[in-house]
Amino acid sequence: MSTTIVPGRQAAAPAPSIAGNFRSYIARVRGGDMGALPAILGLIVLCTAFAVLRPVFLSATNFANLFTQGAAITMIAMGLVFVLLLGEIDLSAGYTSGVCAAVLAVVMSQQGLPWYVGVGAAVLTGVVIGLVLGALVAKLGIPSFVVTLAAFLAFQGLLLVLVQEGTNIAIRDPVIIAIENRYLPPWLGWALYAVCVLAYAAVQLVRARRRAGRGLAADPVGLIALRVGSLAVLGGLAVYALNLERSRNVLLVSLKGVPVVVPIVLALLIFWTFVLRRTAFGRHIYAVGGNAEAARRAGINVDLIRVSAFVICSGLASVGGIILASQASSVDPSTGGSDVLLFAVGAAVIGGTSLFGGKGRVLDAILGGAVVAVINNGMGLMGYSASVKYIVTGAVLLLAAGVDALSRKRAAASGLR
Amino acid sequence: MSSQPVLEIRGLDKSFGPVQVLHHVDLTAHAGEVTALVGDNGAGKSTLVKCIGGTYTADAGEYVFDGRPVHITSPRDAADLGIEIVYQDLALCDNLDIVQNMFLGREKRSGLVLDEATMEEMAAKTLDGLSVRTVKSIRQLVSSLSGGQRQTVAIAKAVLWNSKVVILDEPTAALGVAQTAQVLELVRRLADNGLAVILISHNLNDVFAVSDRISALYLGRMAAQVKTSDVTHAQVVELITSGRSGELGLQNVNGVTA
Ligand SMILES: Nc1ncnc2c1ncn2[C@@H]1O[C@H](COP(=O)(O)OP(=O)(O)OP(=O)(O)O)[C@@H](O)[C@H]1O
Ligand SMILES: [Mg+2]
Repeated sequence: MSTTIVPGRQAAAPAPSIAGNFRSYIARVRGGDMGALPAILGLIVLCTAFAVLRPVFLSATNFANLFTQGAAITMIAMGLVFVLLLGEIDLSAGYTSGVCAAVLAVVMSQQGLPWYVGVGAAVLTGVVIGLVLGALVAKLGIPSFVVTLAAFLAFQGLLLVLVQEGTNIAIRDPVIIAIENRYLPPWLGWALYAVCVLAYAAVQLVRARRRAGRGLAADPVGLIALRVGSLAVLGGLAVYALNLERSRNVLLVSLKGVPVVVPIVLALLIFWTFVLRRTAFGRHIYAVGGNAEAARRAGINVDLIRVSAFVICSGLASVGGIILASQASSVDPSTGGSDVLLFAVGAAVIGGTSLFGGKGRVLDAILGGAVVAVINNGMGLMGYSASVKYIVTGAVLLLAAGVDALSRKRAAASGLR
Repeated sequence: MSSQPVLEIRGLDKSFGPVQVLHHVDLTAHAGEVTALVGDNGAGKSTLVKCIGGTYTADAGEYVFDGRPVHITSPRDAADLGIEIVYQDLALCDNLDIVQNMFLGREKRSGLVLDEATMEEMAAKTLDGLSVRTVKSIRQLVSSLSGGQRQTVAIAKAVLWNSKVVILDEPTAALGVAQTAQVLELVRRLADNGLAVILISHNLNDVFAVSDRISALYLGRMAAQVKTSDVTHAQVVELITSGRSGELGLQNVNGVTA
């Protein structure tokens, strides 16, 4: 947030400046509000370590793999952010994605219906699941931990029923397959990149202009330039790297471009960030997570907010399921199972979303998802077995939760919470 | 001082199951005045306030607002009339900033999008109007505020909506000396700005410092409604502890304890 000073008061109020913004950021970090810092530092350390130990980590092919491997977990983590913001948890999100993937598979492969019907059915399934879970938590008052733990088991069974006790349903539809296995033509990647950077710059500038015009403290142009510049550089590097030729034999097949799943994830990131930061509904989610009683007294329909958060969570999990189905080109009884949920919760928490509610962003899912994907991928390249991967990821999740709890303590001590 | 009360409650009864907590209570609040509502623990002050605020529905009684009879059956009704309550436990969200808290549940928007600029302006204006100088930035998280500053935010939230009646339930109970003085000053300023203020307090020094009238509840009955300048400290103590003080108060004590 900007360091707005109430106008007309305090003649010596410092004008907002880059230095001032930076100082208040340092103060926040010291006060225990680490935000995205641990995830970003973790990413830098991990990437450096893997790049040194296994140079192939930095290859164009592997870089593209990071995106397709992390997409589903990131998507599920995005949904979990909403539930975590309320201080609740959805332990069934992983199997929800599995059930929705199975619905997709059954509708398309067994009923022979087109992909959009399958996607619609899968998302609808997610929404209905969210409604049921949310109603049980909000209306009946069963702790979400218990409701979703029960659902975790039940959905595992439901998934078995849908795939008929262990058979594996293949997905052949080119549109669904494209999500994880096809790439945008390079020019389209650049075009999307340009649109994103320009739109971001425009939004920031217009907002600062408007605020300055009304005599309110606005972000200094330098800071906006810094933000837009960082996005431009990082995004540019990513698009450039993804547009490199990855094929071993270019004559046979050309493999280059941004994976199709990337713009899907980005679109949902932008949409849900907008909902959370710029609409009354989003504000109310934070309010319920911060102090449900205060929200109730302010006239907010707390139950409705709770149910909506679960619906959004399961809805996004269904999209995660579709991505999983595309990634494996099939759905089986383990789709969305095993480590998927833990990785997704880990991604949200590593990204900086608090397990105690009231604090978090949709972007956290992306940052944390990147960390999880890098760990997974790098450890795979190092030749470690699944057992080591599990232990390391579990430790990282615990570490992130520890940072979360400690920063909360620290914030309480420094009066920031 | 003004003659016609902004808010007048007549003959309010309230029972919780078999227990009658409020017996035929009358209460008036005048614009530009601070009415102190005093009474021992359990006398029914908070219950009375919750009936006025629409959190509880009274079993019987009349509400007259600005000379018109009205019905209050929900907190929304009270808010629509311009009655705002600052609860004992403040009901602020620690993870939101001052502006966000002040507009919580009543956000200004343009279309779908929150209109942050307008909310910020209105919040700044309201705080300025109350001559609040203790908060540095209105974009500060409420978690970083002191008890007195939080109370200030809660009060500013209540007056943001052109409210006519502001009810404060023990606003200084948890505050130190300096912050109590600040909040009392703010309470006085609300009345001076033309609002009708009802102040619940156990601290008679505070009551005598800021109030124009005192209403004393005794075991769910209104023992007396007097001008602060007409009574002494000792008389108010008697009204609170025994329901009467000489001519003042409930004359039929048997009826009180029945
Ligand atoms: N929801 C309720 N159900 C049953 N009895 C209640 C309820 N709320 C309050 N009471 C009773 O009503 C009486 C008045 O309570 P109230 O909270 O209004 O007192 P008060 O004057 O605000 O006291 P204090 O000074 O301690 O805040 C008490 O005897 C209390 O036990
Ligand atoms: Mg009380």
